Amino acid sequence: MARVLIIAQHEDGRLNTATAKTLKGALDLGIDDIDIAVFAEAGSTVADEAAKLEGATRVLRIEHDDFRDPTAARLAPEIEALAADYTHVLGPSTTFGKDVMPRAAALIGVNQVSDIQEVVDAHTFKRPIYAGNAIVTVKAPADRCVVATIRSASYSAAAEGDSACEIELREPASGSVSHTRFVKVETGGGEGPDLQTADRVVSGGRAMGSSEGFEIIYSLAKKLGAAVGASRAAVDAGYVPNELQVGQTGKIIAPELYFAIGISGAIQHLTGIKDAGTIVAINKDPEAPIFEVADYGLVGDLFDIVPELESRI
Amino acid sequence: MKILVPIKRVVDYNVRVRVKSDGTGVETEGVKMSINPFDEIALEEALRIKEAGNAEEVIVASIGGKDCQQQLRTGLAMGADRALHVVTDEAVQPLAAARVLLKLVEREEPGIVFLGKQAIDDDNNQTGQMLAALWDRPQATFASAVALDGDTATVTREVDAGLETLEVDLPAVLTSDLRLNEPRFVKMPDIMKAKRKPLDEIPLDELGVDNEGALEHVEFAPPPKRSGGKILESVDELVDELKNKGLL
Ligand SMILES: Cc1cc2nc3c(=O)[nH]c(=O)nc-3n(C[C@H](O)[C@H](O)[C@H](O)COP(=O)(O)OP(=O)(O)OC[C@H]3O[C@@H](n4cnc5c(N)ncnc54)[C@H](O)[C@@H]3O)c2cc1C
Ligand SMILES: Nc1ncnc2c1ncn2[C@@H]1O[C@H](COP(=O)(O)O)[C@@H](O)[C@H]1O
Repeated sequence: MARVLIIAQHEDGRLNTATAKTLKGALDLGIDDIDIAVFAEAGSTVADEAAKLEGATRVLRIEHDDFRDPTAARLAPEIEALAADYTHVLGPSTTFGKDVMPRAAALIGVNQVSDIQEVVDAHTFKRPIYAGNAIVTVKAPADRCVVATIRSASYSAAAEGDSACEIELREPASGSVSHTRFVKVETGGGEGPDLQTADRVVSGGRAMGSSEGFEIIYSLAKKLGAAVGASRAAVDAGYVPNELQVGQTGKIIAPELYFAIGISGAIQHLTGIKDAGTIVAINKDPEAPIFEVADYGLVGDLFDIVPELESRI
Repeated sequence: MKILVPIKRVVDYNVRVRVKSDGTGVETEGVKMSINPFDEIALEEALRIKEAGNAEEVIVASIGGKDCQQQLRTGLAMGADRALHVVTDEAVQPLAAARVLLKLVEREEPGIVFLGKQAIDDDNNQTGQMLAALWDRPQATFASAVALDGDTATVTREVDAGLETLEVDLPAVLTSDLRLNEPRFVKMPDIMKAKRKPLDEIPLDELGVDNEGALEHVEFAPPPKRSGGKILESVDELVDELKNKGLL
């Protein structure tokens, strides 16, 4: 019988929204039985959060102190052990999912279907390749477990229902791994909404010129209640921390409203925003490729336009 | 210590890729091909590790048709000591690639296998993680800094939340992110020298690996096009448009 297992992502004791998006993707498979595996330290309430998601059949809570900051090497054998009871094992295509899911897939003995953007049927999927310049339809072997990641930007989050599904406590299947040690994670400590889930995003590019120059982006974002993003060039130049990068190798986002300010519109950047609702571009070069995809464009010096825009809203 | 750097021949990142009109693939005829940019970064890092005295030999390896020897030669010109070409005309998917690389690892016993985090053609982002699983060794993916100290590597990783630090025992699998380094340019004399460096051909069959369990590619299609919108004359006009759409 077809059964789906979703690997939950969480940090700081909270379920990451990407999990609810993965569930939304799973619902398109046409399979009724959908379990969510939560690997967490003892005392964590993440499993309770997951149990409230609409469409989940059961939550498996697997507890161990190793799961506070779990490494792929620690989690993959756990996922492999659970997979024996499932026809599909899905994770989010976040850096967490991208790190652990292929490791689990190799142990299970299958290729992974990366970044599913559309489910055609339980074994047929659409996914972007060549930085989104082509969409390929792939068919996974029908007689094997499907291991896949779900492209978060293609799905909304499954809603929270009024009732919670059953939570089953399971023992870890494998032991601690000593060869890989988590040391720390540092975040830029940015304020404001989360880039990956924000409805509005204001991004700045190389043209901002410096960290100080970037301040007008932060200021406009604050006024709009928007998250701040950046092009790779702006991150490479050190104007903003790496977690703000939008694009093929940064975050793939789908806000309702996106501002690309002083960003030329390289394909690798556009990959990250092609699911945005409305794109506004501000650039002094009328030939900049960003205008080919923007819904609204303003041609001119951003250092004049951005403060003016902020004052009008 | 040896460092093994798998490099893939891919369509150059500057090329605007087009889907063939019959939907059987993307146009690669007459298109500029290069080393996958992430692999070039991995190779650069391996060379720097060697130059710092922490490795004796850097080996580049590629799985593919005859043409990928061009990219292996470029790798040798950058400074790799020798090259391995696993010859096959069929495109290998990540699990098969990882199985092939495991065979090479068993032959060469490297201390580090340094891959790119993803190949920019299929954008799979799987092979390094799969090799680490099959080899049962640590993985540190999406590396933006690597520091070696004896038999351990401290790796800074670019993750969604920011920067994560992992400590791994060698041998280990590392995969490169873009900010790890800026690869060197190849100089003319190095291209000449590279011609004399060893390049071994190994038929894929000889390794006993095949593409079983591969995903079938049913159809390729161009992405839905975003049509360009309007160029507006003033900030006021923009604010009005956004208000009309209910976005402000
Ligand atoms: C493998 C690979 C992966 C990549 N991944 C990513 C990724 O994930 N995300 C990403 O963003 N890039 C990525 N890149 C880089 C990408 O190719 C571009 O180099 C990058 O996006 C350029 O950033 P930019 O638009 O800020 O800079 P530029 O291309 O330099 O553009 C700056 C723009 O600002 C405009 N400008 C300058 N001054 C002003 C002013 N005063 N007022 C108004 N406009 C002004 C200019 O007209 C220009 O259009 C990747 C590249 C590779 C090879
Ligand atoms: N055919 C290949 N030959 C050599 N290396 C490869 C090949 N395919 C994948 N790799 C390596 O695996 C990395 C990740 O590829 P992928 O999992 O396909 O995104 C690449 O950056 C290369 O380092």
